[in-house]
Amino acid sequence: MTAQLQFRNLTLGYDRHPAVHHLSGVIEQGALIAVVGPNGAGKSTMFRGIVGMLAPLSGSIGRGASAAARDIAYLPQTAEIDRSFPICVFDFVATGLWRRTGLFGGIGARARDDIMRALGAVGLTGFESRAIGTLSGGQMQRMLFARLVLQDARVIVLDEPFNAIDAKTCADLVELVHRWHGEGRTVLAALHDLDLVRRHFPQTLLLARQVVAWGATPEVMTPENLMAARHMSEAFDDHAAACAADEAA
Amino acid sequence: MLYSMLIAPFAEFEFMRRALAGVVALALGGGPIGVFLMLRRMSLMGDAMAHAILPGAAIGFLISGVNLMAMTVGGLTAGFAVALAAGLVARVTELKEDASLAAFYLVSLAVGVTIVSLRGSNIDLLHVLFGNVLALDDATLMVIAFNATVSLVTLSFIYRPLVLECVDPLFLRSVSRAGAPAHLAFLALVVINLVNGFHALGTLLAVGLMILPAGIARFWARDISRMIAIAVASAIVAGYAGLVLSFHSRVPSGPAIILMTAVIYVGSVLFGPVGGLVRKMFPGRHLEA
Repeated sequence: MTAQLQFRNLTLGYDRHPAVHHLSGVIEQGALIAVVGPNGAGKSTMFRGIVGMLAPLSGSIGRGASAAARDIAYLPQTAEIDRSFPICVFDFVATGLWRRTGLFGGIGARARDDIMRALGAVGLTGFESRAIGTLSGGQMQRMLFARLVLQDARVIVLDEPFNAIDAKTCADLVELVHRWHGEGRTVLAALHDLDLVRRHFPQTLLLARQVVAWGATPEVMTPENLMAARHMSEAFDDHAAACAADEAA
Repeated sequence: MLYSMLIAPFAEFEFMRRALAGVVALALGGGPIGVFLMLRRMSLMGDAMAHAILPGAAIGFLISGVNLMAMTVGGLTAGFAVALAAGLVARVTELKEDASLAAFYLVSLAVGVTIVSLRGSNIDLLHVLFGNVLALDDATLMVIAFNATVSLVTLSFIYRPLVLECVDPLFLRSVSRAGAPAHLAFLALVVINLVNGFHALGTLLAVGLMILPAGIARFWARDISRMIAIAVASAIVAGYAGLVLSFHSRVPSGPAIILMTAVIYVGSVLFGPVGGLVRKMFPGRHLEA
């Protein structure tokens, strides 16, 4: 097993206030990891760091082959998608081919097939020419997954991908995640449904502004650990002193 | 009869042919830009930018009178300066783009009107404020055509990032760095097209042939490429109709063109198939599930 991502005493945050700090550890190639923690635990912040949208306050992220920030497919939690924008499902999903097409590359017959196959994989066959504004919440999430399929990334980061969608959609999309895992891709997903985590994710990273536990899911998801995570403070301390652990490290 | 009304003015008078060519160029360049302005909810920003051009054009005018090159260069410079400054302020600080533009353009407008009235006559002021599409000389026509060409070619380069930045900015950021340059290039295109409109329609109406056709298109199409085509087509039709109206009546050409655009706009609001009022009031029976 080779390391896909390596956190070295990584601290991420905003305005010098750490949201996640002193994160160290290795994500192996092909791992399927659930990231669990209360709201404000720093899950999204960690993901933003991984995809390079947030520079570390200190520490660093080591990146293996095909884990450069731009090679990672990222599904943010609150997608800022303008659903009133006049674009159809096919064109929207086609943007997943960005790395192949860039500014000018055409969408040829092969790309067209790929797009149709991706739509099929998420159960949206027949929706190609629908405007994105007409999709339901679940269909929207399926469409976003179709785009992830097309991005064909070795590392996929999903921020609360199964929130507010029904059981059927959730089951379909989890199956897709398993398929990615089977193809040797590295998948990280932030999740709140602990049941789902236990059933489908072999590894778990329990986060509460710092690592509470990280390892095989059954060992991490103990009542003690979950309780500890729940007690971590969420609020920034406006008058926090410079972190002493930095000097110790 | 029909011939003498609709075609003869253009067959007989060169200035009408020039005006028509100018309007077509304006429509081709400005139509697509207007659609993007609308989709990014920046319609009023176009108006603000139009005012921002004024001081530059006015300084050109102050230095060398009603001179095409001086006013074009001045307008472009001032427009770019304001667009860049406002764009940078918005990207770097917490101030949103609309607020930062409002600050910049108010200042520019005050400065512009002051400069023109310092030296110019009322006629000059009228020319600056309302343009004169019927008096396009060869040089002006060339400038307008050139700007429209630059605009279309540039747009083809930034089209994808621009669309993506509208519909899913976070995704664009995750796959490409093209977002910020595309945004700035787009602002530049807005300026170029406003300077174009400025020559033909003046400061106050320059934005009319960009924004109104975009509004029209919204009522007829559900996808962006069709919207762009409709915006351009309706701008050309309105430009032609406005010129005819202006020729046969005493309505000045600039307002006539915008008025014709407004007529199409009102028609679209009422009868457009995508969200038009009539369609909303009488939607027909709902379909089977």
